[in-house]
Amino acid sequence: MSTQLTPILTRFWDDPQSWTLATYERHDGYKALKKALTMPPAELVQMTKDSGMRGRGGAGFPTGMKWGFLPAPDGGPRYLVVNADESEPGTCKDIPLMMAAPQLLIEGVAITSFAIGCNHAFIYLRGEVVHVYRRLLRAVEEAYAAGYLGKNILGSGFDLEVTVHAGAGAYICGEETSLLDSLEGRRGQPRLKPPFPAVAGLYARPTVVNNVESIASVPAILLHGASWFAEMGTEKSTGFGIFSLSGHVANPGQYEAPLGITLRELLEMAGGMRDPKHKLKFWTPGGSSTPMFTDAHLDVPLDFESVAAAGSMLGTRALQIFDDTVSVVRAVSRWTDFYAHESCGKCTPCREGTFWMKQIMERLEHGKGTQDDVDKLLDICGNILFRSFCPLGDAATSCVTSAVQYFREEFEAGMHTSAAELFPPAASTLFAKETVSA
Amino acid sequence: MSNTDGNPNYGVVPSPDTAAYPGDVLATLRADAELIMARYPRARSALLPMLHLVQSVDGYVSPRGIELCADLLGLTGAEVSGVATFYTQFKRHPNGTYTLGVCTNTLCAIMGGDEIWASVSEYLGIGHDETTQDGQVTLERIECNAACDYAPVVMANWEFFDNQTPASTRALADDLRSGAPVTPSRGASRVCSFKQVSRVLAGFTDGLADEGVGAGPASLAGLRVAKQAKVERHLNLDGKAQK
Repeated sequence: MSTQLTPILTRFWDDPQSWTLATYERHDGYKALKKALTMPPAELVQMTKDSGMRGRGGAGFPTGMKWGFLPAPDGGPRYLVVNADESEPGTCKDIPLMMAAPQLLIEGVAITSFAIGCNHAFIYLRGEVVHVYRRLLRAVEEAYAAGYLGKNILGSGFDLEVTVHAGAGAYICGEETSLLDSLEGRRGQPRLKPPFPAVAGLYARPTVVNNVESIASVPAILLHGASWFAEMGTEKSTGFGIFSLSGHVANPGQYEAPLGITLRELLEMAGGMRDPKHKLKFWTPGGSSTPMFTDAHLDVPLDFESVAAAGSMLGTRALQIFDDTVSVVRAVSRWTDFYAHESCGKCTPCREGTFWMKQIMERLEHGKGTQDDVDKLLDICGNILFRSFCPLGDAATSCVTSAVQYFREEFEAGMHTSAAELFPPAASTLFAKETVSA
Repeated sequence: MSNTDGNPNYGVVPSPDTAAYPGDVLATLRADAELIMARYPRARSALLPMLHLVQSVDGYVSPRGIELCADLLGLTGAEVSGVATFYTQFKRHPNGTYTLGVCTNTLCAIMGGDEIWASVSEYLGIGHDETTQDGQVTLERIECNAACDYAPVVMANWEFFDNQTPASTRALADDLRSGAPVTPSRGASRVCSFKQVSRVLAGFTDGLADEGVGAGPASLAGLRVAKQAKVERHLNLDGKAQK
């Protein structure tokens, strides 16, 4: 039996004015918060653990366990910081979620804060999406006015202040400790772990950092139960998630489904490849930082374990689909530019390694590679992987090593022939599709 | 360009705006900065929004803006400058009225972002982080802006223009330069100026949140398929959708 889509977070995005509190309340909005406020906070943490939900921001760490890592209250402040810095190439789920349904996130923030004993929560939004910032500010304003935030929420005695903070353009701030430094008004550079944020996070106080989609899933788990959630998905990758299809697919977009769905199933729902004459060449299961897959992986269940067993990572379920018009060398070269640009400069392997990789990739892309460029590239990757301060360095190597693994001959062709000659870029564009179908 | 006026140069080259803020502007800036600082348990957290605030007045992170932030937060100018130069949205020289950002990260580039970039850059006669002579448009190559399902994507002052082509982007640039009204694909009903948008990013609302769509067509692609398959009936989630 084929997997069915499960619109839960996305269920009312097509409502006119889906972002308002009135719309949200018509769709069970804040029922979960009312229920939460009658429960002991420890029960909410246990519920989240029981649901088995793993973080939706890429790393997949169990959300409830993260909450459980906070030390016992010592009378000082504890913080919830929502990571809304969505910047991983290919990832485009949190931004539409916050534009269409910001109240989902705000209710999740209120419940989570109550569960972990936090009285001041922060939402760190990347700065390059001004309308999403407007929607979040408005959602918080409406929630305060309705008594869902502020002092003595719904007569429970629980106080919660929420600050929505706009970043200013830096991919590295999606890494949780860099995000905390940035939120403290510093350059966004990673911290040495341990101590982990649960022990010493924002202002060196116990802090939970969770992704937008994780927090937005909390109200549904509370309303329908941990077992309802755990029954969806697979045994170790429970629940549903938003799968983002982009690139050479007929109907790109957001598809909310149980974890464990396959690309073959998703492609069928999305109308197949954009042009049946061109077959799938390579794709990322979870953004550019996850090793790429090929058409041999169409039936890999998209859950944490199966994707890892096949040599990649589920990441953010950002499925970037490239057909056979695309030069893998050109694609990897551009991703390498990105990692070199976004490397924060703190540690040597990542800062220097991406600098050299960028130059080699540029040579290969332009057909000017040398005899040892491919091996040199792999050697540099080996010197970055697991030797960098934070996962950005590791991520920079993923697309390179996986692409060489599957398409080594294309990299070797880069010694004499440019990518543009082998794969004329015009054939890959959206407008090329328009010409074909017209 | 050498700095001859005796003011510190925080990497702002040239640094054209070294005069002190007029009294009323300074008073407003200080009052707004106090409001920003009040949102955080510790004042320094206000630095990023305060730099957005400086850009809302000066159109870039000016030396006098750096001094003001340093003064209010008890930091040195070098510390503030060190933060400001880390983030791509903070501009070291006066920005155009509109930032036109073409996504040239891999997916958008391959879907046509490279063609759009080449076309609009040639058309305007400027490269990355350069501004047209009329001061209207600053062109940027931008990284992934989380709208890959609408590739290729162009941002105008951080509002989404989805599924663009070289021709549509050149037309957008023309309209921005001539002041003709333009409407983002998903966003407010118009594109506000760089300074106005910077004020929003500093956390001051402009009342436009209720404008525009909730979701574009790609954001709803899965929901549409699901509704056709009537899976909602089985999920038993939404009382109204069940009947």
